[in-house]
Amino acid sequence: MRWWNSLCVLAMLAPPAAAEPLRPYVVEGDAITRSLTGRPGDAENGRRLVMDRHRSLCILCHAAPLPDPHLQGTLAPTLAGAGSRLSEGQIRLRVVDMKRLVPDSIMPAYYRTGGLAQVAASFRDRPILTAEEIEDVVAFLVTLKE
Amino acid sequence: MTGRAPRLLAGLLAACLAGSSAPAGDMLDKRSGADFMSPENRAMQADDMSNPGMFAVLDGEELWNRPEGANGRSCAGCHGEAATSMRGVATRYPAFDERSGRPIDLAGRIGECRRTRQEASPLPHESPELIALTAYVAHQSRGMPISPPQDERLAQFRENGRRLYERRIGQLDLSCASCHDARWGERLGGSVMPQGHPTAYPLYRLEWQAVGSLQRRLRNCMIGVRAEAFAFGAPELIELELYLMERAAGLTVETPGVRP
Ligand code: HEC
Ligand code: HEC
Repeated sequence: MRWWNSLCVLAMLAPPAAAEPLRPYVVEGDAITRSLTGRPGDAENGRRLVMDRHRSLCILCHAAPLPDPHLQGTLAPTLAGAGSRLSEGQIRLRVVDMKRLVPDSIMPAYYRTGGLAQVAASFRDRPILTAEEIEDVVAFLVTLKE
Repeated sequence: MTGRAPRLLAGLLAACLAGSSAPAGDMLDKRSGADFMSPENRAMQADDMSNPGMFAVLDGEELWNRPEGANGRSCAGCHGEAATSMRGVATRYPAFDERSGRPIDLAGRIGECRRTRQEASPLPHESPELIALTAYVAHQSRGMPISPPQDERLAQFRENGRRLYERRIGQLDLSCASCHDARWGERLGGSVMPQGHPTAYPLYRLEWQAVGSLQRRLRNCMIGVRAEAFAFGAPELIELELYLMERAAGLTVETPGVRP
């Protein structure tokens, strides 16, 4: 609806993530088994983040078992049942950097700063979500059982 | 039996057409953004009495006839009736500009006339006056098919436009093609993804509550993917428009459009 506009406003008001160096992680097969922060995330905050169309943008592309289905996108598979289909580690890699699995995916890499072109100044050198936020989102997706 | 043959033929014909090689940049089932709008918004665009873009067109008509600048001439002073002299012009812009050796868009051409013929002060990008004049001139082509000029000098710029269209940019790492080529008709949040054809500019956007240019729209898409947007008037935006017009060839000009 008015998401472009809101994005502009957001860009001016609140840089989405602190510019801290990315924490290292290990990819094993198609998963990142260990938490990026070394701690489990907060599923309730993860739910809020996934719902937030300006911050995480997830539901611009994905449907999910969340309010306002008519404002959820149809560009990607539904997140309903993600916790049954995928392990926690598989979900983590998909949020951190989907392009490692699907090189031409339209899903943005949420925890990466390199390999991007023409990034707006307020978003430069910052991942879309912080390590804490990624863990919160992962903790929420794990609860989405079919 | 008798009823089936024509349908079979039609089916075969469709299959042949689908299989035939389309010209570069062409797409099958080309559709204006208007096709994806709600019936209310389509009705608003279709009825001049309720289309807010018509205010800009009317303002533009007044400016067309108003003497301006050191020369004290109006647009009408040189071009006469816009309904005849400007008919079809918007279908073939951007066009090659001899002076700069580059493509120029309709607003740019209006600005050049103002500068060199009227010797008047420049109109800033997105100023109500420039939007109004552009809307008035483009409106003279309403209902005519977009027909980009086959001018060899434009080819390299159009090609650069295609390159920009296909290039992933911004923190979200998306290209125009990611959204408008492969995924039109799908929903991005609550918005239906159009094919991204520049058929109706300048147009009234409900979200803007204003009439705006194609460049404003393109900058919005770039800001949406968290990219550094090209500045108004930047050569890249004109090259993108050049490619978009080629891609939209055959669709009809709608100016002034209405969009959500
Ligand atoms: C611009 C579109 C887009 C955005 C935004 C997006 N995704 Fe995705 N996502 C996709 C697509 C497309 C796929 C399917 C894989 C593919 O083809 O790339 C996918 C796949 C996934 C999968 C794997 C699903 C499965 O069943 O295999 C998960 C999990 C996921 N996304 C989570 C998220 C989360 C969480 C967010 C937000 C933090 C998000 N996505 C934002 C487009 C997007
Ligand atoms: C993440 C998806 C996305 C990307 C990337 C994107 N757009 Fe768009 N674009 C949209 C959506 C959605 C709309 C319709 C907005 C609405 O109706 O709310 C739109 C509208 C348009 C329109 C207006 C169509 C009309 O009917 O008036 C044009 C032209 C356009 N985009 C061109 C581009 C170009 C050129 C680029 C690259 C510089 C681009 N877009 C990148 C999603 C995108």
